Amino acid sequence: MPPSQDGSLLPASPTPGVGLTVRDVTKRYGDTLAADAMSLDLAPGEVLGFVGSNGAGKSTLMRIILGVLASDSGQVLWQGTPITADGRRQIGYMPEERGLYPRMRVGDQLHYLARLHGLSSSDADTSVDRWLARLGIAHYRGSEVQKLSLGNQQRVQLAAAMVHDPVLLVLDEPFSGLDPIAVDVMSQVLRDTAARGVPVIFSSHQLELVERLCDRVAIVRRGRVVAAGTVDELRSGSAMQLVIDAPGARPGWADGLAGVAVHDSGGTVTVLELSPGTDEQAVLKAALATGPVRSFAPRQPSLAELFRHVVSEEVTA
Amino acid sequence: MTGTSSAAPGRFGPVWLVATREIRTRWESKAWRLITLVTLIAVVGFVVVMKLVSGGGPDATVGYVGGQAVGQQITASGKATGLEVETRKVSADAGRQQVRDGDLDALVRIDPRGVVHVTAKRELGSDVEAAVTALAQQTAIHEQVTKLGGDPATFERAVAAAHPQVTNLEPPRTFSPDQLALGVIAGVLIYLSLMMNGQIVAQGVVEEKSSRVVELLLAAVRPWQLMAGKVLGIGLLGLAQMVVIAGGGAIAAVATGVLTISIAATASVVVWLVVWFVLGFFAYALVFAAAGALVSRQEDVGGVVMPPLMLVILGYVIGVSVLPSDPANGVVRVLSWLPVFSPTLMPIRVAMGGVPAWELVLAVALIVLAIPGLIWVAARIYSNAVLRTGARVKVRDAFRPL
Repeated sequence: MPPSQDGSLLPASPTPGVGLTVRDVTKRYGDTLAADAMSLDLAPGEVLGFVGSNGAGKSTLMRIILGVLASDSGQVLWQGTPITADGRRQIGYMPEERGLYPRMRVGDQLHYLARLHGLSSSDADTSVDRWLARLGIAHYRGSEVQKLSLGNQQRVQLAAAMVHDPVLLVLDEPFSGLDPIAVDVMSQVLRDTAARGVPVIFSSHQLELVERLCDRVAIVRRGRVVAAGTVDELRSGSAMQLVIDAPGARPGWADGLAGVAVHDSGGTVTVLELSPGTDEQAVLKAALATGPVRSFAPRQPSLAELFRHVVSEEVTA
Repeated sequence: MTGTSSAAPGRFGPVWLVATREIRTRWESKAWRLITLVTLIAVVGFVVVMKLVSGGGPDATVGYVGGQAVGQQITASGKATGLEVETRKVSADAGRQQVRDGDLDALVRIDPRGVVHVTAKRELGSDVEAAVTALAQQTAIHEQVTKLGGDPATFERAVAAAHPQVTNLEPPRTFSPDQLALGVIAGVLIYLSLMMNGQIVAQGVVEEKSSRVVELLLAAVRPWQLMAGKVLGIGLLGLAQMVVIAGGGAIAAVATGVLTISIAATASVVVWLVVWFVLGFFAYALVFAAAGALVSRQEDVGGVVMPPLMLVILGYVIGVSVLPSDPANGVVRVLSWLPVFSPTLMPIRVAMGGVPAWELVLAVALIVLAIPGLIWVAARIYSNAVLRTGARVKVRDAFRPL
């Protein structure tokens, strides 16, 4: 684990002054600190996953970036200068609470949103056409949103975030409630957008997705960014894991080995966690002493495990 | 940020975009078009009914036997008693038959002795009776004048020329039944329009909250722009609605000749109606928008719009219940200067006539001065409350930012 006592101890942005910078943003609701000196950097073309329990402050920070909510202190910078209202109009946003006009036609609705975000009428037409085709909902252009299936409403919602050709994407739980095919579409859109140099920040509880899609991950807890970096960077501080398949071993065989903790065991497989510096060959010898060993392999902890670790560490701390 | 395709930027571009959407949405709504059409038909229909009832023909048809002079006398007696009588010269037998058939209300014959004989079907209507009684009395007077050696015609002229010299201590308040009708119609129209369009504003605000689209919108426009656009759009459409309904009614009234007051006076009533709609709508719509922002569900709209709505209703009720019988009522006069009641009371007073110019200037000035304050308060409440979903937001809390 990287140091987690101070939210500002983050790996520096690859190119400071380019992309999005969040500096010490604080927001208080009564006695609750929803955002506690939160800081983030987001480089052009970078995908940042924003993970944390419900109520950790993810949505609060996103709403502050969008200007939907005002922060008590701190700054949101775009390309090194405080973001303006005109700048914010060029962000693509998907709020956690999905919402569109239920009785407005899909095409009209997207056209209206594109215009509100500053596109000319003809540019808006072109863009609406492009996104309806891209998301496979072109034949619903004239339908009222409320008449669409939930999956197609989600596609319209994504189109609403993309239709004005945003220079930054901020998506709050974009994958929640999506069917597997829509998850693939969403993933592809995020990748393509990032590939065009647009920074993308999204929150999610689906950590495998985050691990797969993101260049970097920020873990949030109680209004603070407690860890941030690439998944590998997050892993670097954590304990090494060994997966051992020893059919002859009795439960508890590994108890008492120095620097070793049983992480998980089921059937013939045991997962051990080794403190830094522990000799894995000693563990192998102990395993062989129980009988045959079918496999003996190191394992990288998943993001989900890292996340649980970070969160539980905070709870016990 | 680099904006390559920035259109309609600035502060008012987004306001106009929002307003345009509102206009389009209402215009495409079947319910809205139906209400406008039904109201227009009701107003024009009312005018036509008035025409049929009042100006549709004579009040009574009376046949007479004898010379043209008899007919003229009957007409004159009718006029003297407030009855428009159509006379028809008939033979005695044909006249009887027409009375029996109901074609004539009465048959009149003056015999050589000057006695007036009236034949009616079953009974004589009281208004016709008054007219023929006046006729009988006049015939008797003529008889006596002739007996005394005078000339009935000279006598009539002298009577007709006799007028009292009236001195008014205050300028007269010209006030005809037509103006009363016009006042009540103006009152009903402005009341219905404020009530309907005000609630459309509140429901529109709540629709955006309950569908959660408001957060998406506020990522692109400022809260005041969204509120102003909504009020502007609905207001412009309401204005068009008012112009169509009031203009349609006025044109129908002038075309059918139902109104005895001048076209200029009618036009002035319509213009003032539109002016008061604009002022009243913007004052009240801001309050309705702020009230709507406090709740998140359509079911709760009724509760929050009730207080401002009560003021609209109160003004209307005071206007149509007090003014027709007592146009000079001092309390109502003062109330009609206040921005809370002027939009509902002033159109009625203007339609009924006799409002001094300084009162109009005062009332318009007060509401125009009140509107910027309302904009400030409404924008503050709206901005702070519109993103708080769930329970109803207290007005006191809405004054503080989220």
